[in-house]
Amino acid sequence: MTNAVFWFFAVLAVASAALCIVQRNPVSAALWLVSTMFSLAAIYVLLNAQFIAAIQVLVYAGAVMVLFLFVIMLLNLGHASSDIRGPSAIAATLVIVGLLLVELVGLWRYSPGRVAAEVAQAPGLRDPAAAFAAGMIARQDAVTHGVVGGIAAPLFQIYLVPFEITSILLLAAIIGAVVLAKRKV
Amino acid sequence: MTNLVWLTVALPLAGFLVNGTLALRRPQAKSLVSAVGVGVLLAAFAVALGIFVELWRNPPHAPIIVTLWSWLPVERLQVDLAFQVDQLSTVMLLVVTGVGSLIHLFSVGYMGEDPGYARYFAYLNLFIAFMLLLVLGSSFPVMFIGWEGVGLCSYLLIGFWFSEKANADAGLKAFIMNRIGDFGFLMAMFFIWRAFGNLNLVDVTSRAPQVLQPGGAIVTAITLFLFLGCTGKSAQIPLYTWLPDAMAGPTPVSALIHAATMVTAGVYLVARTNVLFAMAPVSSSVVAGIGALTALFAATIGLRQYDIKRVLAYSTVSQLGYMFLGVGTGAYVSGIFHLVTHAFFKALLFLGSGSVIYAMHHAYHATHSHEDAQDMRNMGGLKQYLPATFWLMLIATLAISGIPPFSGFFSKDEILAAAFARGREQPLYYAYYAMGILAALLTAFYMARLIAMTFLGSNRTGEKERAHLHEAPAVMTGPLVVLGVLSLAGGVLNLPAFVGGGAALERWLDPVVSPAERFFKLEMPHGQAELFLVGAAVAIGLLGLLAGFRSTLARPIPPARQAGADTGLARLLYRKYYVDELYDALIVRPIVWLSRIVLWKGVDQGVVDGAAVNGSARLSQGLGWLGSRLQTGQVGVYVVLFLVGALWVLSAVVR
Amino acid sequence: MLLGPALGLSAILFSLGVAGVLLRRNAIVLFMCVELMLNGVNLSFVAFSQLYGASGYIMVFFVMTVAAAEAAVGLAIILAIFRHKQSVDLQNINLLRG
Repeated sequence: MTNAVFWFFAVLAVASAALCIVQRNPVSAALWLVSTMFSLAAIYVLLNAQFIAAIQVLVYAGAVMVLFLFVIMLLNLGHASSDIRGPSAIAATLVIVGLLLVELVGLWRYSPGRVAAEVAQAPGLRDPAAAFAAGMIARQDAVTHGVVGGIAAPLFQIYLVPFEITSILLLAAIIGAVVLAKRKV
Repeated sequence: MTNLVWLTVALPLAGFLVNGTLALRRPQAKSLVSAVGVGVLLAAFAVALGIFVELWRNPPHAPIIVTLWSWLPVERLQVDLAFQVDQLSTVMLLVVTGVGSLIHLFSVGYMGEDPGYARYFAYLNLFIAFMLLLVLGSSFPVMFIGWEGVGLCSYLLIGFWFSEKANADAGLKAFIMNRIGDFGFLMAMFFIWRAFGNLNLVDVTSRAPQVLQPGGAIVTAITLFLFLGCTGKSAQIPLYTWLPDAMAGPTPVSALIHAATMVTAGVYLVARTNVLFAMAPVSSSVVAGIGALTALFAATIGLRQYDIKRVLAYSTVSQLGYMFLGVGTGAYVSGIFHLVTHAFFKALLFLGSGSVIYAMHHAYHATHSHEDAQDMRNMGGLKQYLPATFWLMLIATLAISGIPPFSGFFSKDEILAAAFARGREQPLYYAYYAMGILAALLTAFYMARLIAMTFLGSNRTGEKERAHLHEAPAVMTGPLVVLGVLSLAGGVLNLPAFVGGGAALERWLDPVVSPAERFFKLEMPHGQAELFLVGAAVAIGLLGLLAGFRSTLARPIPPARQAGADTGLARLLYRKYYVDELYDALIVRPIVWLSRIVLWKGVDQGVVDGAAVNGSARLSQGLGWLGSRLQTGQVGVYVVLFLVGALWVLSAVVR
Repeated sequence: MLLGPALGLSAILFSLGVAGVLLRRNAIVLFMCVELMLNGVNLSFVAFSQLYGASGYIMVFFVMTVAAAEAAVGLAIILAIFRHKQSVDLQNINLLRG
């Protein structure tokens, strides 16, 4: 059952992404991207990251993409003529993306599934994830403290400094955005 | 007195410094220059006499080494600045300082009106200093300093009147040809160093029999290279062409450097290293052969020259050939003997010709004529105007032609007898003897021709000039007289047994040449054979003289401006067998071509400037241009580059 | 255990994002493709979190935060450029040409 849902949303995500990158109209592209994000949120749920799924919808699809749409509307771009770059760019794209896929496939060797399958000599492990202790602990945490608590605890304990720095980063971004977008400095 | 031998070098060197300073600051202080210039040399001669007397009283068996300081202490190579005083160096010392003093004195008169007077004496003193360093040096490097130094002074003095390009060219030619010879000297030094481990003359000559193999390749190589140096310095075939051109310098310079002293350095070198040459019979044969060939060759050229100094120059080359014939045959004493007597009569001949040129020059100057004062065709009948010069030059002519009892007879006869004697063991030497005899004939002939054209017959100088022809002042004729006496009586130095003499020079130089005699003892002819040879030599000389006088005085000679060009054989001789032109075409032009076209245009401009210097600049420029192509300013391109870079980094992980 | 397929999906999404970045001329759409790339990476993090603990979620959290900030600033820049050049076509933005 989980697999079927996953495949459905996976196909949806890939299709939306593909359509996003070829749409001429920027608004259409933005909307297709929103669709991709929703699919991803669903997949996150399937992967036991419910909080992240919620955040994805709220922040990404909700705030960031709306911002994109605002700017598109503001600039009043309308229909551009063919927005895709010339044949040389297409050739370069094919080459680069091809190489990228090759390399990413090459990274498959490090897939923990295989590593775990090799390392864990223990027979009859139905879920290879059981070989990884940290993951089990996280799952336990999620059960005891709740989904949000499972993330909040490390965030405010181990990763406190990056958290604080990120808040400063956000402040800088706000100021920067305001300054850059002003009509007259 | 022996340990004051360094004074003989230091005094002329001081003279050079004083006169040089005067030349730069106060060139008009002529009397001071004369006093210093001649004075240092007379003082050096006095020291030389003192040393001679001291050695006469206690003849040393081994050379006395007077060390000044350690010059090159470099690990195994220990070269000191040291002088070697023995019988041979004393002989050379006396000749150089004695004849040198006379020539310095002569120069006071001859160069009296020249604006470069102080510079002249500075160079002349420097030359004497170097020459003495050469003959007194106790090791090859010290000798080489002198060797090079006299070459330098020769260049400076030949090109003394350098404002004329021809004179400067002549100086350059002399220096460059000397350099080719110096290469030989250096190679010999390298071989000697390798074989002996040091470069001291005493050590080399005493240890040579143990270290080297007689007749072997190494000793032959060493001696041949040494002889190459001698051909350069002493103007033998093939490096002789600089000497006739060197006549561009002042006449006293020709007398001193190119007759009496510098050119004899080669003979001295062979005599000094006699052991090595005795151990290499091939090299000795080469030396003797080239000497004989040069003697004949140069004599033929002298037959047809018209410049009085040119005739004497070729005569010098020829007589040097005799000296080498002597030392090559193994008669080292005879070679040195001829060196000494030749110094006397050749210096006399040159100075006498200087006297003649002086008179002719004054005559032409007074009448503002532009004729050549040195061309014998413009002379003639000068006997009545310059009587003293005539008689003295006649003495010298008789000496050089080998007429007894003049000095030249004894020395030349000894050499020819030695060549004949060696012929008994090596028949090749008979050929050398034949060449020597023929050269003697020609020598007498051209000398008689010279005397006849210059002093006898009717005067061709011109009506107006004749009134101005007169004898040179006493300061010039005085040295001539002294040299005349020496040319006449010089034979006493080594009178052979058959006239009752004691062969003084032979006994004197015996400790020096005895090492060589262990390898080859020359059996001089005695009795009937000796008298026959003597008679032949004298007869040849007389024949040559008579023939020369007769043929020259037979027909009237036109003055230079009216003379027609020579034809046929005469022309070949006059143009010195076109040897200079041959050298020019074979050697000079290819080298100039190589330098100019290949090395300059090709390598320097093309490769070094073009490829290396400019090329690397262009390469940087090109690389910079390539780099600048990345900065298109287009974000799209930057994105692509960014992604490419990211892929690259990723690939590092994917291995 | 969905790790394998999830990673594959992540790779595909990322590649699509790269392709979009290379192909599009409109600056805003280019930006959106960058967001797509970030999403692909986020998926990868979440997938691994199952095995390696909560660190993955934290990473995703921060990525989202920074992406939001970046979007704000980036769009502000594009606004400023648009005011200058009246176009967001990438080929017209070449003032940095060296």
